[in-house]
Amino acid sequence: MKIVVCIKQVPATNNAKIDPETKRIVREGLEAILNPFDTYAVEEAVQLREKLGGEVVVLSMGPEKAGLALRECISAGADRAVLLSDRAFGGSDTWATSYVLSKAIQKIGDVDLVICGKQAIDGDTAQVGPGIAAHLGWTQAAFVMKVVDASATGLRVQRMHEDGYDVCDVDYPAVVTVVKDINSPRIPSLRGRMAATKAEIPVWHPDDIGTDLALIGLNGSPTRVVKTQPPPARNTVTQVMFGSPQESAHALVRELRKRNLL
Amino acid sequence: MLIQKESDKSLYTDVWVVAEVGGGKVQPVTFELVGAARPLADARKSRVVAVVLGSGVGNEAPTLFSHGADHVLLVDDVRLAGFTDEIEASVLVRLIGKYKPEIVICAATTRGRALIPRVAVTARTGLTADCTELGIDPENGDLLQTRPAFGGNIMATIRCSSHRPQMATVRPRVMKALEADVTRTGEVLHEKVLDSDCSKIKRIVEIVHGADSAVNLADAAIIISGGRGMKGPAGFELLHKLAQLIGGAVGASRAAVDAGWVPYAHQVGQTGQTVQSKVYMACSISGQIQHLVGMQSCDMIVAIDKNPETPMMQMADIAIVGDVFEVIPEIIAEIPRL
Ligand SMILES: Cc1cc2nc3c(=O)[nH]c(=O)nc-3n(C[C@H](O)[C@H](O)[C@H](O)COP(=O)(O)OP(=O)(O)OC[C@H]3O[C@@H](n4cnc5c(N)ncnc54)[C@H](O)[C@@H]3O)c2cc1C
Ligand SMILES: Nc1ncnc2c1ncn2[C@@H]1O[C@H](COP(=O)(O)O)[C@@H](O)[C@H]1O
Repeated sequence: MKIVVCIKQVPATNNAKIDPETKRIVREGLEAILNPFDTYAVEEAVQLREKLGGEVVVLSMGPEKAGLALRECISAGADRAVLLSDRAFGGSDTWATSYVLSKAIQKIGDVDLVICGKQAIDGDTAQVGPGIAAHLGWTQAAFVMKVVDASATGLRVQRMHEDGYDVCDVDYPAVVTVVKDINSPRIPSLRGRMAATKAEIPVWHPDDIGTDLALIGLNGSPTRVVKTQPPPARNTVTQVMFGSPQESAHALVRELRKRNLL
Repeated sequence: MLIQKESDKSLYTDVWVVAEVGGGKVQPVTFELVGAARPLADARKSRVVAVVLGSGVGNEAPTLFSHGADHVLLVDDVRLAGFTDEIEASVLVRLIGKYKPEIVICAATTRGRALIPRVAVTARTGLTADCTELGIDPENGDLLQTRPAFGGNIMATIRCSSHRPQMATVRPRVMKALEADVTRTGEVLHEKVLDSDCSKIKRIVEIVHGADSAVNLADAAIIISGGRGMKGPAGFELLHKLAQLIGGAVGASRAAVDAGWVPYAHQVGQTGQTVQSKVYMACSISGQIQHLVGMQSCDMIVAIDKNPETPMMQMADIAIVGDVFEVIPEIIAEIPRL
């Protein structure tokens, strides 16, 4: 059983502050962390390996320092890591990102299962997982909340929907994206942390995985971010209600009523 | 497809709305999308085409027409009964190749967000996620797609000028459905699922509907959300009661979910759902940054907390200083008096 987990390094919001004017996050100077959803992807892969045997390879496309996020995954139980880093990859949208990752997955070879987080907390698209499945022509299960059963040939999973969930069987090779509900990631062991420090992480470039240069980076990306701006500020003055519970409740209901919200 | 020369763009016409279908019925979010598609089609002097993939959906066309669709493209097949995204994607890619729409939009629901990236990748075109605004560039007719990223902390405008169709998922509850006009009609076109659409697919064994609509955070106009201060499952009962009374959904902070008081499907925030309801009522939620990024785009924030200094109370439009166990029952008592 060979499992590839795709992980992304993202800016942290942990130490972010709220701008008192705009009431929005101050993004400047944020440290880089492993995308929170990807910790669940790694844990699920490690649990599957413990059950079925085989190997967990973590894969990331990003600048050199994304190697740190890969090491964190090794400390959490992954066997080895591959970093895709090259200026030519920069500016990739989800089409190009999923293309590059799918090429690397093919190069890794004999992969049964790819696990991604549900979405990355910076781009917030949730498009890379299904995108990889499309490039590879594999089956997919997105927003998986539980692996009910796993065998050497496939998985039975629960997919989360707004109005409930469904249960489905996917045969390998397949791509799965996971939500937080799926497991509780373990605390890295001492052995894991040592393995992480010692790990040699190969860096692959476009040539190594045979990507078409016209399909990667900014050139290969159909979408372009043409403008970014802060969202409209919440320019509200907080109306504080200090009265008795009954007075406050009355005032609130009246206020909601006035605005046609009830 | 990559557009080789500018004039090839005119080969692509019409605005497609991929309907959200559940249990053989077109879901209300679809009418919002049709409402959003209407001005785009008008600006492009083209048509709104609703594409319905499902099983037993034969009678769904009239409501789509009355909400503003010009054509309905129906694919009615038992193999589309569950959400088998591999089949749906394969059918859509085929139909896109055949009819060449200029714009394709779909709801940014779990189904839409699983399905459409697969379609866009295979059709070799761009896809903008979770848009809150769509417009036509008057200069060149391109679709301008605006979306929140980084948990709603920046708004990005995205363009797909060199590929067609231009594709986007659209966040529920942001666009407005048009007033239904039952005199409107249109043309229904029928298309089929081919056996070749059905190779390498998942098998759906069971579909389980959430017992209560209280968890449908994406669709709710009002979300009543609770945090650590709700103290336990009994506290959430109170929130459920209020939500039920006003037709809202119940949300929760990570702390409440981790404590096991309420299932994960209710979690709002960075590792839960991002919501954008008309009203977000935060009941004893202190407002950790990871929670705030998931709800700060709501139109109106009401916070109830004993402590007026919490980040949530500071960012709220209305901050009620008080004990949730005293204030919420009073709100519940107040509602029937309306
Ligand atoms: C403001 C802004 C808006 C954007 N909007 C769009 C848009 O609408 N459409 C679009 O196509 N692109 C968009 N992009 C670009 C997109 O964010 C990047 O293409 C990025 O490479 C994909 O990341 P994501 O955050 O979208 O990933 P997601 O699809 O949200 O990530 C899901 C999972 O995919 C895996 N994954 C994602 N990226 C990597 C990686 N580099 N290496 C390994 N695994 C990975 C992880 O498992 C992750 O959990 C936007 C970028 C910005 C800055
Ligand atoms: N030097 C690089 N090597 C590999 N990937 C990169 C590099 N720079 C950016 N990326 C990736 O390309 C995508 C788009 O990033 P950006 O160009 O910063 O918008 C992100 O997923 C990054 O992880």
